Amino acid sequence: MGMTMTQKILAAHAGLDHVSAGQLIEADLDLVLGNDVTAPVAIHEMDKMNTKTVFDKDKIALVPDHFTPNKDIKSAEHCKCVRNFAKENDITNYFEIGEMGIEHALLPEKGLVVAGDVVIGADSHTCTYGALGAFSTGVGSTDMAAGMATGKAWFKVPSAIKFVLTGKPSKWVSGKDIILHIIGMIGVDGALYKSMEFVGDGIANLTMDDRFSMANMAIEAGAKNGIFPVDEQTIAYMKEHSTKTFATYEADADAEYEEVYTIDLSTLKSTVAFPHLPENTKTIDEVGEVVIDQVVIGSCTNGRIEDLRIAAKVLEGRKVAKGMRLIVFPATQAVYLQAMEEGLLATFIKAGGVVSTPTCGPCLGGHMGILAAGERAVATTNRNFVGRMGHVDSEVYLASPAVAAASAVTGKISGPEELGL
Amino acid sequence: MKACGTVHKYGDNVDTDVIIPARYLNSSDPAELAKKCMEDIDADFVNRVKPGDIMVANKNFGCGSSREHAPIAIKASGISCVIAETFARIFYRNAINIGLPIIECPEAAKEIEAGDEVEIDFDNGMIYDKTKGTQYKGQAFPAFMQKIIKAEGLINYINQK
Repeated sequence: MGMTMTQKILAAHAGLDHVSAGQLIEADLDLVLGNDVTAPVAIHEMDKMNTKTVFDKDKIALVPDHFTPNKDIKSAEHCKCVRNFAKENDITNYFEIGEMGIEHALLPEKGLVVAGDVVIGADSHTCTYGALGAFSTGVGSTDMAAGMATGKAWFKVPSAIKFVLTGKPSKWVSGKDIILHIIGMIGVDGALYKSMEFVGDGIANLTMDDRFSMANMAIEAGAKNGIFPVDEQTIAYMKEHSTKTFATYEADADAEYEEVYTIDLSTLKSTVAFPHLPENTKTIDEVGEVVIDQVVIGSCTNGRIEDLRIAAKVLEGRKVAKGMRLIVFPATQAVYLQAMEEGLLATFIKAGGVVSTPTCGPCLGGHMGILAAGERAVATTNRNFVGRMGHVDSEVYLASPAVAAASAVTGKISGPEELGL
Repeated sequence: MKACGTVHKYGDNVDTDVIIPARYLNSSDPAELAKKCMEDIDADFVNRVKPGDIMVANKNFGCGSSREHAPIAIKASGISCVIAETFARIFYRNAINIGLPIIECPEAAKEIEAGDEVEIDFDNGMIYDKTKGTQYKGQAFPAFMQKIIKAEGLINYINQK
């Protein structure tokens, strides 16, 4: 029996010729990630360990991004704990706010992850790096602590679902719409414990930023990881951002998949996930009249340069609806700077929006854009659970940057077509 | 190893944001997290829960964020075991790693109701609903997982080895 792409990467990191679904393995880690919420718990766990040193100071990434710039004293203490740990252990990849960004946008941009890597991160959206052809998955703080100390983690080798993507998406349809469509189709536990492997000639029509937002939301279908094949675009991205050696893996022709779905990208429409689950999807023509109070554009899902370009294209020369609160948060300092140089930030501000420093803040209801009872937001983020962005009686509608920007203008959930675009 | 207590029942897709909302993640103190456990779907849980009580839910329990604060909050609130139809994978790992017993058992998850008195034998995976007089066979814990739970978590277990 052949192996899936994920299985091949895991086998190589476990020193095995072959692995199969369900097998328990111990794999070598290329990178261990933590943030200001999860790393302090991991550091506390490490304190209890007999081993006090990290396995490799170059293979740990610490990114304080959730409650930064520090939102209160307790958060400041957490960040201080991470900063001190980084200093004591001489961690190469600790990022202070001036050089940081939202972790899952930052790590690929800094070239810390490449194809063929095995990465664990104490953050569920660690699966983002599957866009580069790496195996990456979210874990908790204890696994992070064990990973930092030993450079290894145990895994149950996952089975897989194959998504064959064909055709070219229409003008305003992005990776976000594709992944929301898929989650709507298979449900929030549709890929529980499994890999989501994306293949097909349609992938050539998806930019790296499309792929990052798709792999990012694999966890919203319950998946262990989401992964894309390595093509010319992936190689160009890695060459631009990284000096690390990469390894490309392809699934065997006889690899076993539990299910296979074929999706013609040209048939997809802009898609919105209604409260309170990412699987509650409707296409833009089915949404009806949903009046909103706030629009959030950014996050590890959709805060990259291309996302901001799309939003700016929709907002150029327009104003947000009266009373609308538009919050744009570029995912990294580099994206922020580039957006500034391209004039995108000016477009957002002239349209009546605000631009925030990179932070996870509003996405998880941490700070910088919390909703009151009864308020509704359209967000390019990844979760719309009860109370996710604030009050338990508030609502989050997940959408692409194009839909979010158009909705900011009309004051209700809208596609860019409604603006004549 | 056994657990015994009153059941607190929940539905599908209980996510870690409702188990412990992000607004409380500026703390990692178990006792403090326990005070806010389940606040966004069951504000009265913290008043009702007694040491040893059991949580029962349907599919995909613990989905969403990887925050280990979620199983930590549940454990610190006094819950001795969580039974569900299925668990989200990161929550599953985290629960074992911090020594919170969890059992997958679709039949038990479906039939056991809030307020039932339930006993669980971790050695054989048997679940007894003493209120209804029914019993279910859940997944027994492999020996190494029982050792992790007894050691109160993976780190202590590694240290003891």
